[in-house]
Amino acid sequence: MLLEVNHLKTDFKLKHGIVHAVDDISFSLEKGEILAIVGESGSGKSVTSLSIMRLLQEPGHIAGGEILFKGEDLLKKSKTEMQTVRGDQISMIFQEPMTSLNPVYRIKDQIMESIMTHMKLSPKEALERTIHMLDIVGIPSPKERANDYPHQMSGGMRQRVMTAMALSCRPELLIADEPTTALDVTIQAQILDLLYHMREKFNMAVLLITHDLGVVSEAADRVIVMYCGKIVEEAEVKSLFANPMHPYTLGLLHSIPRLEDESDEPLYMIKGMVPDPLHMPDGCPFSDRCDKCMERCRKSMPELIEKDGHKVRCFLYETEKEEAQDYE
Amino acid sequence: MSEVLIEVKNLAKYFNMENDFFGRPVSVLKAVDDVSFQIHKGEAFGLVGESGCGKTTIGKMLVNLYTPTRGQILFEGTDLTSLSAEKRRAFCKNIQLIFQDPYASLNPRMTIGDIIAEPIKINKLLPKDQIEKRVTYLLNCVGLANHQRNRYPHEFSGGQRQRVGIARALAVEPKLIVCDEPVSALDVSIQAQVLNLLDDLKAEFGLTYLFIAHGLNVVKHISDRVGVMYLGKLVEIAPKKELYSNPLHPYTQALLSAIPSVDPTKRKERIILTGDVPSPINPPEGCRFCSRCYKKTDGCDGAEPVLKEVSPGHFVACCLY
Amino acid sequence: MKQIKTKQTQVPSQAAAVLEKPESQLKEMWEALRENKAAVVGLVIILFLMLVALLGPLIMPYDPDFSDMTKSFIHPCAQHWFGTDQLGRDIFSRIISGTRISLTVGLSAVAISLTVGVILGSIAGYRGGKADTIIMRIMDMMLAIPSILLAIAFMAALGKGIDKAVIAIGLVSIPEYARIVRGCILSVKENDYVQAARVIGNKSSRIIFKHILPNVMSSIVVRATLGISTAVLDTAALGFLGLGVQPPAAEWGDMLGRARGFIFTAPYTLIFPGIAITITVLAFNLLGDGLRDALDPKSRKN
Repeated sequence: MLLEVNHLKTDFKLKHGIVHAVDDISFSLEKGEILAIVGESGSGKSVTSLSIMRLLQEPGHIAGGEILFKGEDLLKKSKTEMQTVRGDQISMIFQEPMTSLNPVYRIKDQIMESIMTHMKLSPKEALERTIHMLDIVGIPSPKERANDYPHQMSGGMRQRVMTAMALSCRPELLIADEPTTALDVTIQAQILDLLYHMREKFNMAVLLITHDLGVVSEAADRVIVMYCGKIVEEAEVKSLFANPMHPYTLGLLHSIPRLEDESDEPLYMIKGMVPDPLHMPDGCPFSDRCDKCMERCRKSMPELIEKDGHKVRCFLYETEKEEAQDYE
Repeated sequence: MSEVLIEVKNLAKYFNMENDFFGRPVSVLKAVDDVSFQIHKGEAFGLVGESGCGKTTIGKMLVNLYTPTRGQILFEGTDLTSLSAEKRRAFCKNIQLIFQDPYASLNPRMTIGDIIAEPIKINKLLPKDQIEKRVTYLLNCVGLANHQRNRYPHEFSGGQRQRVGIARALAVEPKLIVCDEPVSALDVSIQAQVLNLLDDLKAEFGLTYLFIAHGLNVVKHISDRVGVMYLGKLVEIAPKKELYSNPLHPYTQALLSAIPSVDPTKRKERIILTGDVPSPINPPEGCRFCSRCYKKTDGCDGAEPVLKEVSPGHFVACCLY
Repeated sequence: MKQIKTKQTQVPSQAAAVLEKPESQLKEMWEALRENKAAVVGLVIILFLMLVALLGPLIMPYDPDFSDMTKSFIHPCAQHWFGTDQLGRDIFSRIISGTRISLTVGLSAVAISLTVGVILGSIAGYRGGKADTIIMRIMDMMLAIPSILLAIAFMAALGKGIDKAVIAIGLVSIPEYARIVRGCILSVKENDYVQAARVIGNKSSRIIFKHILPNVMSSIVVRATLGISTAVLDTAALGFLGLGVQPPAAEWGDMLGRARGFIFTAPYTLIFPGIAITITVLAFNLLGDGLRDALDPKSRKN
């Protein structure tokens, strides 16, 4: 098991109260696996990735749990120890390539910096490796383009540069936070393709954070659906799309306008909005918006239960036996 | 076919990026280059393309945010480009715009009631005592409650702010609304709400839409006809069903192919275009898609292809046809 | 207009509860300001000075212009708290009188700079092009000359007197406001809501005043507050040089200037006007700094 997250809790202390951005989540990731975390604003998916990398800033802080990477708890590591882990063993690419690259340094300098920090290479060797990485990610004329500044490149190219930088030290885990959201659809296809190839070539695990179910369907092996800081469903991708269990997942899948959809009917909508994190309802956070809400849903939080490798957090799936146990 | 509401003829917009010492332009960004199309009354015309294709620039020229470099915009027969500044401003009562970013398009210091009332006030459409009632009506039309009219934008979510933007656009009772990527900044579950709202409003008020988007799947739901743009030019126009079932231009085919399918059993063979979208600054001569085209033939070098009607209502600009 | 049956849901009740009280920007700003002790001190001093200026004639023990040569150079004592000057005039009364003058000149001069600067900066920022170039080059020329010299030059052209001093000091500071406003307009102009204002049919002037300037106000207010202290100093400087207020008017700088020779024999003739200038300038600076911190959303802890 490459990564094991156990009961992670991340809170934000705001003026008006505490927001439980990540509220007790647990999941694991195998070597070479692509796991997608899907959710919308307020789901806690980005905060999860930042927590794993320990890049959270005030007022956010990790309130509990453990993050085991290759058996070691990242939360117990010191700042300097984390610095050796980041970039080398765990790497990250962000949503906005323009703001993630330093505009005053050349591309090659930024990549070389990462290489030389983690590997004992001479500048000459580091440059060679940089050009090699740029080539692998598909930048044309890598030797010349390495001298460019970020603003001289398009969005798609910058995202590839970020990917090259993230992969330069051959990390075992890549966290990709909405890597294609800011990109055009044809470029998105290229980047997803690239991630797939990198996984094949280097047996690298990818934690893919996204709100786009289409991206999940194309790129991921397994998927976790998050809502208001909790995991509401977890399954293999084929399983999730063939048999979505949680009403939120169902709602999401139905409300996406699809190419294959021929009808002129109005799109399916999930009514209402994501609840205010400072005023979360009692019970299941989706209860307000759920078509199948029961009395029970408003009062208590369902547990995450497993059915044939498919996990879901919803009272609809609890058997009578489990219900009886609850009341004891 | 109903009458033509707005016709765009040989429309072009160039931006001078750099001038030499004498002020003559050295590099020119040809955002929109010789684009022509018509929108009929009551129809939703989808305009699709990726970044740099010029679709937003066209939208902005229609609402007088940009002045066309060349070409004409004919609204119900009147050439908007030949009007004086004041007369052109008066046309805002007919054409309105919904912005992409709900977080930036509302003045943070105005209540949403004032934001919606403003277009009515400055165009003197109603006497003062009737404005409040109209604002209440508009709020209800977009699914917001009257008691919220004194709130400020920052107190609302993205989806609600976008509804305020829609109400503002509706306030002057326009005939044409340009929707500039109205849902791309919203969460997926809210997108459906807003798209359905736009559909309902169109039916209810007999509106005409120019719906700008970068995703062919979003546009499909709401449009009657769709135009595809690439690097400042229109490369294909067709009725919706025709375009999606029988795309002719290689770029349209690639666009359709690139959209991830929400069905993992159908992980398809995708057409992956090589390279990036070229810069619209000093664009290449001839067919602009040539550098990335996977169906290139020898006949492609040379003259720029023009939009030709290949089957009824289906136009394409490609050497192959 | 038909009523449409909207299929959309209304805002759920819980979220509506959150949207109860609209918190106005002003209230937030005031709260932030209150926490800044230095700014509060500055504000209190300014209010005190304004009170003194308003009540002036009522609280002066003596007529500030009344000169009794037999009573010159009296050290500070019970009858004359600040002593008397070389012409036998009560310094305390003159300081109070000077408060009125300094505050009037300071506020009026800033009002002039602000108004003209905002108009010029708005035109330059919003229109751009030739108007921008012409206006900003003139502003640059003015900024190239040290403000005191420029003020003196204006005074030479306009003649002596307090009203001329107000105009001169006012003119001198125009470029700074023009620059700030132009910069703010340039950064705000491309925002979507400004474009939206154009789309719904606003005229340029209305866009500037209704949409752009209110969002730019904070920078202007800060600069204006600090500008008052500069104006007070400039007034004092001009007075010191004998250019501003004319005798026998009791202006602090003028008092300082005339008392130069007595620094060793009667230091109190210099100390009290000096302290008055210092406290006034300090108070406005403290308030201005506090306002800037309170209005800057980045420095406010959120």
